[in-house]
Amino acid sequence: MGTDRTRLGFWLLIAPLAVWLLALIVLPHVGMFLVSLRERVGVREYETSLANYAVFFNEPLYWNTFARTAYMSISATALTLLIGFPIAYYIAKLTRGRTKTTLFLMCLIPFWVSELVRTFGWMILLRETGIFSGLLQYLGLVGGPVEMLYNDAAIMTGLVYTSMLFMVVPLVTTLDSLDDSLIEAGYDLGASGFAILREIVIPHAMPGIVSGCIVVFMLSLGNYLTPILLGGKDSLWFTGLIYDQFITRFNWELGSAFGFLLLGLSSLIVFLGLKLSGQSLGKTMAQT
Amino acid sequence: MIVGIPQSGAFRWTYRAYVTLFFIYLALPLITVCVFAFNDSVFPSLPWEGFTWAWFFGTEAPYIGVFHERPILRSIVTSAIVAFWVSVLSVIVGTTNAFLFVRYEFRGKGLLYILMLLPLIIPGIILGISILVFSSTVANTLEDATGLWFDGLRPGLILVVLGQFSFITTFATLVISARLQKFDPSLEEAALNLGATPWGAVRAVTLPFLYPAMAAAGVVAVLMSFENFNTTLMLVGSDAPLTITMFDRLKLGSTPVLNAVSLLLMVASAVLGLASLLLQKRRE
Repeated sequence: MGTDRTRLGFWLLIAPLAVWLLALIVLPHVGMFLVSLRERVGVREYETSLANYAVFFNEPLYWNTFARTAYMSISATALTLLIGFPIAYYIAKLTRGRTKTTLFLMCLIPFWVSELVRTFGWMILLRETGIFSGLLQYLGLVGGPVEMLYNDAAIMTGLVYTSMLFMVVPLVTTLDSLDDSLIEAGYDLGASGFAILREIVIPHAMPGIVSGCIVVFMLSLGNYLTPILLGGKDSLWFTGLIYDQFITRFNWELGSAFGFLLLGLSSLIVFLGLKLSGQSLGKTMAQT
Repeated sequence: MIVGIPQSGAFRWTYRAYVTLFFIYLALPLITVCVFAFNDSVFPSLPWEGFTWAWFFGTEAPYIGVFHERPILRSIVTSAIVAFWVSVLSVIVGTTNAFLFVRYEFRGKGLLYILMLLPLIIPGIILGISILVFSSTVANTLEDATGLWFDGLRPGLILVVLGQFSFITTFATLVISARLQKFDPSLEEAALNLGATPWGAVRAVTLPFLYPAMAAAGVVAVLMSFENFNTTLMLVGSDAPLTITMFDRLKLGSTPVLNAVSLLLMVASAVLGLASLLLQKRRE
């Protein structure tokens, strides 16, 4: 093979990559950052300033929503971990062969359906004329219809449901690689079940826990459908504010600033998670 | 199963009950959606009014089924067109990326690889608005400079395709790279020794080896494109893909025709998902 030819091949291969990353990832984000630094002073007249960020910090509604979104996402992540961990442990350690594959695949099935359909399912279950309300009335536990939609618990249910896969899969993968004899040795040495969980299982599963948590947090933070549909008009989710600024109020400058703040928070969490666990981005993503 | 570990019966049964409950929780929303596609009532909610096929085949208002509901059929076609282009583009670029990252060593490779992974950690909404802002800026500049119109850079299907392509390509690259890494280069060398041109060797030997991965990446791309909501929402113009149409209906409250669409979507994804699983199996 001639060197010229390989060099030509190299340029032909790097061109699509460069166009893709530059035109659709790098330049748009740089552009969005510049727009967020623009202050409208007249018709089609702009000045560079931090005014949009100042608006965010001076308006309690905005930063409260930001903090609320972050707080709810952290809670959703913790809840997903708590619910998912025993399931992952069951699949990885207490089943074998065909049962194991079946259970694992059953965890994946709901996620071949779009998030919209999943959320729609929860709406039918939780609404005033829905299944849960009907069931409670049938059992005589409540007198009239109960509205279970449009509150924080409904948002949480939806977020946990939507994120479950991204927690269970990395957990099963890491727990699978834990040698059973280590657990048995723990028992032989007289440790209690709880001590074994704390000293052997959880430390081993840490990489999976971290990558699961990072992904779930990111997805919850950037979620739009679930909070809007299950939380109703007052869901106060930060992505909802971004949508309002862009589409309803046409204030792209402020919307871009909001977008950058959300991106900043999300990147910060990913960065901290990777640092704490000493993992690389590629490895973490390969697990999901 | 870990043997020789003392566990009380009560504990084992609680654990099993918990796992069972978990799977009921996973299945419940989906089963509900499917069941209510057959409810003979204008609202997808209780009470159960009896079984009907009207939400699939009905023709009389308000019982208009999926197959006679123009806006929904049109948005399915729109989604299919978008999914087709996203899948073709991301498989092509994913393949060239795979060759680049697996076959070449060059300065800045690590940095480029990280950049390539970035779309995975950027929230979909942000990806959407950044592309929206950028393309509008470019369109404004071009229009001011030339006096022509650049509608392709305004919200619409082209931007939707580009927006979805921008992150689905990363998945395609990962899937195809994984396959290319398993390729034995001596096969290609043999073709070269037998007188093939470098491009001929790649086409006759390497690409056929990659076909299963390319097909799997294509299927995944179609599924992801069909399901995508966040990025699409910010870039959509007058022709709405299916998820957007369904979302608008859901906000207003709709007839069980949405359940019928959802059921059809589930069947379609299940078929595609199985196809991609089978492809992966054949790969191994």
